[in-house]
Parts: sequence; structure tokens; C-alpha cells
Amino acid sequence: MSKILFVEDEPSLQKTISEVLTQEGYKVIEAADGEEGLKKAKEEKPNLILLDLILPKKDGFEVLKELKADEKLKDIPVIVLTNLEGLGDVEKALSLGATTYLVKANYDLEDVLKTVKSQIKE
Amino acid sequence: MDLKTILKKLDFMAECRKYGLGFWQCPNSLFLVMGIIIVFAMILTYFIGIRLVDPEVVIATVCVVTIILLVIGHSLVNSFARVAEANRMKSEFVSIVSHQLRTPLSALKWSLDLLRGKRLGEINPKQKEYLDIINDSGIKMIRLVNDLLNVNRIEEGRFVMQAKLFSLNELIEGAVDELKSMASAQKVNLIFKNQKNYEVYVDQEKIRMVIQNLIDNAIKYSKKEGGKVEITVNAEKDKGKTIKVSVEDNGMGIPAMFQKQVFGKFFRGDSLIRQKVEGTGLGLFIARGIVKLSGGDMGFDSTEGVGSNFWFTLPVPDKRKINQNQNNQNNKNNKN
Repeated sequence: MSKILFVEDEPSLQKTISEVLTQEGYKVIEAADGEEGLKKAKEEKPNLILLDLILPKKDGFEVLKELKADEKLKDIPVIVLTNLEGLGDVEKALSLGATTYLVKANYDLEDVLKTVKSQIKE
Repeated sequence: MDLKTILKKLDFMAECRKYGLGFWQCPNSLFLVMGIIIVFAMILTYFIGIRLVDPEVVIATVCVVTIILLVIGHSLVNSFARVAEANRMKSEFVSIVSHQLRTPLSALKWSLDLLRGKRLGEINPKQKEYLDIINDSGIKMIRLVNDLLNVNRIEEGRFVMQAKLFSLNELIEGAVDELKSMASAQKVNLIFKNQKNYEVYVDQEKIRMVIQNLIDNAIKYSKKEGGKVEITVNAEKDKGKTIKVSVEDNGMGIPAMFQKQVFGKFFRGDSLIRQKVEGTGLGLFIARGIVKLSGGDMGFDSTEGVGSNFWFTLPVPDKRKINQNQNNQNNKNNKN
């Protein structure tokens, strides 16, 4: 069974995404801040990581940097799932190694699911 | 011009009152005071010069006047800074609130997606009806937030555009295809005569938004029967430097009294039109902002009851400059 790590501090968003991914047969690992996200990534070695950018303790950019610097984790595809859309944010995330940048408010749940399915490394 | 408009124009303090600035903080009034003092000082100095040929007195007068002017000048600079600050705070406020709104709106949208997608059980038709209403409201709110953020970015000069070389005709064809069903639902004939192909070097996604907005408007404001929207692309007669895209319709047209406000924020016509047609009213403001930032311009001709012709221009790509840009980009990437 494929594992997806979802790093998101907003509980309502955690719930909805987890629900749809679980229904589609994925095992969802949840993390509510940057540090927990990195810890769980190392422990569980998921097949895909969904990463918010605005997180407590360590922000998404930091987490992304550390993920890509870790030999065992750098090949896991990372989809940035955030509502942040400031000048240069998309470029920064992509240049740090994220494969896709999705703005939550502009994507249906089914569209997020489609993106996950197309990028996950089973 | 009647008396009311004259008095309105003479009310230089109106803008400052909006920002809560008093007389001594408002740049307009300070300019006025400074102007009066300069004129007064000149007259005074002239008379003193005539009466008292004594140079020391003249020098003393000039020094005093200069000091007064410097003090007022300093106040002026401060008042400008305060107006700029008020503006910046407003922009920051809009930006922060809009971003904050996105989180609950996402939660709302996704929860609805789960319910409407029947992933949490069956729903009866009545339930679907009301869930659809909530969904539509959610989508409208998300669009408004996006529009506000775009308006803010344009005003602050933070609007990011990524230029690339692409076919303008293909882009228009794509937009026409997407809007064909909406057009036929409103009994509007959507026509695009694809003749000569034109290439442009601008942000493809943003220009697509502009074209969609213009066609969307033309369809929405069309007549009930026999509506026609025609899009044409031409090279302007200016030695091949500009390309012009026109979206012409035979719809309601824009009443003369509103024509000046068309590109303003939140313009949507009078209450009658607002009732008939949906929208946030920010589309044209953003569209023109995008076109201007792309090196072009946007305008329109319109007659009430006859129709409108909205056009925008884009510069013809300079192939040498594009190659230079590509090289610079490659060098930047290689350095990283």
C-alpha cells in the first residue's frame, strides 16, 4: 500500500484530504508542523509528500531544503499544497525541488487527487 | 460644467480627508500655502528692496523667507510619506485578509467536494440542490479573493509575468472553444476568423485571462436573441510594431455616462445591469493592468443599444531581445 505524508497545520484541510486519499486506498501519514513532517518522512519513507508552506516550527521551504539534502529522502516527489502565492514563492519552491505547486483555493479535491495519482512513485 | 462640479474640483482636501489627514498634513493644502507664501514673499522682497536699499535688510528678509519655505517643504515631504504609508497599509491589509480567507474557503470547497461527490454517502436531489448553492457561493468568494489579490499586485507592481513566445491565434481559438457552450446557451454566435497567424512574447496564461474576460463580457452583455460576438486579430498600421485584438459584439452597449468608469475597480454599470449580469467588476481593471504591463494598451468603443468593441494591443516580438533574454536565463540557471 502506498504511503502519503501530508504536512498541514490546519485540521479541517488535513481531514478532507486524508478522507479522499484513504478512500482511494492510500495510507495517509499526518504531520501538523515542519519538524514533525521531517521526522515522519525519515521514519516512514512515504511514496509522496504533500507539503504546506506556512507551518509552525519549521516552514515548508526549510522542510523542502532538508528533504532534498537527505540522500534517502531526496527522490520522494513533493507536491506543494498551499494558499501562499507571493512574489517568487512558486519559483522558490520549484527551484528547491518541489515537482508541483498547487494553490489550494484554486483546486477541487478531485484535481488534487489526480495530481497525486500522476506523481506518486509506487 | 455646472457649479457643483466646479466646487468639487476646487475641494482639494477631499482626497486627504479620505485618508484622515488634516490641513497641515495634506500635500495639496501645503502646496497651496507654500505657493501663497512664495508669491507674498516675492512681493514683499520687491517692496523692501525698493524702499530700503540697505542690503542687510534685504538679505535678512530673504533668509527668513527661505527658512519658512524650508520648514514648509519639510512638512510637505512628511505629508507625502504619510499618504504613501496609508496607501501601503491599505494594500497590505487587503493582501493579508485575502490570503487568510483562502484557508476557510479551501476547507469549505473541499468538504463540499466530498459531499457532492457522494464520497460520504448518497444524497437526495433536494440536498444536491442546496449543496450546489453553497458550492456556487464558495466559488464566487474564491474568485473575488483571487481578483482582489490580482488588483493588489497590479497596484503594487508585484504582478509576476513570465514571457514566452506563443501563437496568439491558437490562444484565441482555445478560448473560443472553451466559451462556445456558454455562448450557445445564451444564443450568442461566437466567431473567430483565423487568418494570418501572429506570435507574441508575453505571459501566455495572463493574456488568456484577458481574452477570456473580454469574450465572457461580450457574451454576458449580449441581446436576448441574435447575439453575435466576433473576434479579429490585425497588425496595426505602425510599421509592424503592434498587434491588435478586437472583440466586437452587438449587445447592450455602454451608456455614455458610464464610459469613463469602465476600467475602474468594481465598475458594473447601473443597478439594472448589475441585476441581470453577474461579476465582481474587477475583470477589466485587471485585464487592462495585464495588457499595460505586457507593453500594450486597452480601449473600447461603445454605443448604448448598438454594441461594443473592446480591443487591446500587444507589441510585436523582437526576436533579438528574446534570444538575449533566453541567454541571460540560461546563464543564470547554469550558475545555480
